[in-house]
Amino acid sequence: MYQIKKDRLPELFAAMAGAQDLFLPIRKADQTNYGLWTEEVQVDLDTLKTVKSGKDCFFPQSETLYSCKNEDGKLSIDPAKLTDEPFVVFGMRACDVQGLKVLDNVFLNDPVDSFYAARREHGTVVAIACHEPEETCFCKVFGIDAANPASDVAAWFVGEDLYWKALTEKGERLTESVKELFTDGDDTAVEEEKKQIQAIIEKLPYSHLDLSRFTPEKTMELFDSPLWEEMYQPCLACGTCTFVCPTCQCYDIKDFNTGSGVQRYRCWDSCMYSDFTMMAHGNMRTSQMQRFRQRFMHKLVYYPANNDGMFSCVGCGRCVSKCPASLNIVKVIKKLGGEA
Amino acid sequence: MQVEKTQVFRPKIVAFCCNWCSYAGADLAGSSRLAYPADVKIIRVPCSCRVNPMFILRAFQRGADGVILCGCHPGDCHYTTGNYYARRRMTLLFSMLDYLGVENGRTRVEWVSAAEGVKFSTTMNEFVAKIHSLGENVRLGDLRCKND
Amino acid sequence: MERAKELLTDGTVVRVLGWKQGDLGYNPEPAYFNSPEELADFVYDGFCGANLSKYMIQAGKMERNTLVFLKPCDTYSFNQLIKEHRVNREKTYIIGVGCKGTLDIDKIKNAGIKGIESISQDGDMLKIQTIYGEKEFPFDDALLERCTVCKGKTHLVYDELIGAQEGEEAGPKGNRFEMVEKLEAMMPKERFAFWQNELSKCIRCNACRNACPACSCLKCVFDSNKFDSAQKANVDTFEEQMFHVIRAFHVAGRCTDCGECSRVCPQGIPLHLLNRKFIKDINEFYGPYQAGEDTDSRAPLTDYMFEDVEPSVVTERGGKH
Repeated sequence: MYQIKKDRLPELFAAMAGAQDLFLPIRKADQTNYGLWTEEVQVDLDTLKTVKSGKDCFFPQSETLYSCKNEDGKLSIDPAKLTDEPFVVFGMRACDVQGLKVLDNVFLNDPVDSFYAARREHGTVVAIACHEPEETCFCKVFGIDAANPASDVAAWFVGEDLYWKALTEKGERLTESVKELFTDGDDTAVEEEKKQIQAIIEKLPYSHLDLSRFTPEKTMELFDSPLWEEMYQPCLACGTCTFVCPTCQCYDIKDFNTGSGVQRYRCWDSCMYSDFTMMAHGNMRTSQMQRFRQRFMHKLVYYPANNDGMFSCVGCGRCVSKCPASLNIVKVIKKLGGEA
Repeated sequence: MQVEKTQVFRPKIVAFCCNWCSYAGADLAGSSRLAYPADVKIIRVPCSCRVNPMFILRAFQRGADGVILCGCHPGDCHYTTGNYYARRRMTLLFSMLDYLGVENGRTRVEWVSAAEGVKFSTTMNEFVAKIHSLGENVRLGDLRCKND
Repeated sequence: MERAKELLTDGTVVRVLGWKQGDLGYNPEPAYFNSPEELADFVYDGFCGANLSKYMIQAGKMERNTLVFLKPCDTYSFNQLIKEHRVNREKTYIIGVGCKGTLDIDKIKNAGIKGIESISQDGDMLKIQTIYGEKEFPFDDALLERCTVCKGKTHLVYDELIGAQEGEEAGPKGNRFEMVEKLEAMMPKERFAFWQNELSKCIRCNACRNACPACSCLKCVFDSNKFDSAQKANVDTFEEQMFHVIRAFHVAGRCTDCGECSRVCPQGIPLHLLNRKFIKDINEFYGPYQAGEDTDSRAPLTDYMFEDVEPSVVTERGGKH
């Protein structure tokens, strides 16, 4: 366990950024999102949840896969370069880290997504324990411990200090490279902080949701539930929930005509959009009810059925606070789970 | 044929010209041997009001440094009222682009009749000179289109 | 609500569109109520910001009559939709409800108030019960931007009124063009930087478009897969510039300034500043116009005058680079 004074954090950031790219929550135009650290940016570690999750750092909203060019009748194809330089993501939360594990199951299993795999291989995650969890948080429901983020390095803010503990080999290497900035710290303060966090989480309104009805055996029953018809009504069919979600992984592949060639890129897609699953023969989900149902069935039933019971929701609560119509997965869990 | 790339700034200018007046005006400018820079690329449209604000933005996206719209004089529209609507739309659009911080000299509307070959050529000369003074359009372009 | 029960029971309407109690004290959702029993969950408070006129486009296509609760500013949107033949007035029973201003939960959260359990109003203050203790927050400071420049408390279209304050002046009234004017006074370079900063946050979620009562196209040009404007990618600053200019342009002259776009934006982009620029320009160039004020006048962009200003007015107004 290491320790560093909060006011020396800029030095720590500069040291890390000297050796590799450093991504961390940055305040810009009144909102906090992950961005590349430079000396000018305004780092914001007080905001519990960035608008978009740190997913962006590993699975960017848009990325070019390859570009084609036609020069004098000769066609050339230029694949995009895979990430081959190390980088650090600082400030993720336990839920976001679990979000990456959800993505891992999708992208690192055969067939492996080489773009994502390269980023996962080269990225080191420093996760911070949640000092003051909010009412929209429900990570506990999914067995995530916000007091003990399970990433390469776990960190805790206690008083005027940041405590730092490497948990993996990658974490050790990062720690080694900035070690001279740290002093040795002891566990007592951190243990106290952990207890406090866990006590707060016990009190959160969403911490005790009942997921017992969301099992693969109930798939058809849940799918056919008449409640969907009622629940989807306020949905405006925007993609806010999808794009702020740390686990949504659907993407679309599109071509952009640059005038002198074509760039093939992929970008996040949303199951809420009317052209999602659009194929040559048409679209098999034709109503917003079906799209709405798909989103939650995927998170709560289909994904766990294919991944040993792991839910593809991590309880970060971003959709809870961002939905324009105040719909969210918690309301769905409660309603379908028989609570409300 | 390979053309050597030079450092001299050659602006790309898109001119939307209505079929009935301005395109004929451009034609007259040509047959009267009135010179205007070859940087101007004319796109013929059936009426000035055919030009959707998106056309203007798309031209900028694809590397235009200036966009000009030419139509019949107010009162002379082949379809009676098309250019009136175009006038309102372009006024608001240009004002919005200005509001976003795009240099307001990059957009222009000019009424050119079929008889005004001279006006067409002077307008284009003026506009090209204006764009020359503004330089390359960097605020409203798409980086993906600028790779080469 | 009692009135809604009566109308449901006597068959005047078969469904009620209103707001349903949420589970956090600040997240009621728009909802249809189909029976008097369901109305038990009905709620109307400062967090019922959603403009239900948008939902009436859909409701007009359903069978039989719908009762809808509209706040004063929502009635502007409804009127505008009547003008555009997008809602069915005959099948709608409107109860105009009074409005004291709608609240922005983000303003409260940004003040550092976390772990909110419940919120109640006590005079000019909001009493906020949190897991970190009880907090207070001034009501006026929690108002959504749109409510600080409220259009007024008068309902323009309704069948009956409940708790309305017709004719009453809005509360803290500001100049809604203040920020637009401030931007206009900046150097283009500064304006450009301002918008770059704001628009670069856009995640292309389309919430602004989908919440907008004026955005009622069956198929949006940005969704059409037959047209390559449908890039849906957050890939280049141009995409965001184009999306937001075109979105605002398409509602120019139809936008009632209801402020839903800014309310729903997950990244807090002040989208109303784009709409208000168009409104301000329309007022200056073509005479004062308020969309939704009536149902039969011609909209500024489908109208013209021989003497209209020329587009060169933009360059002549001055402004350097």
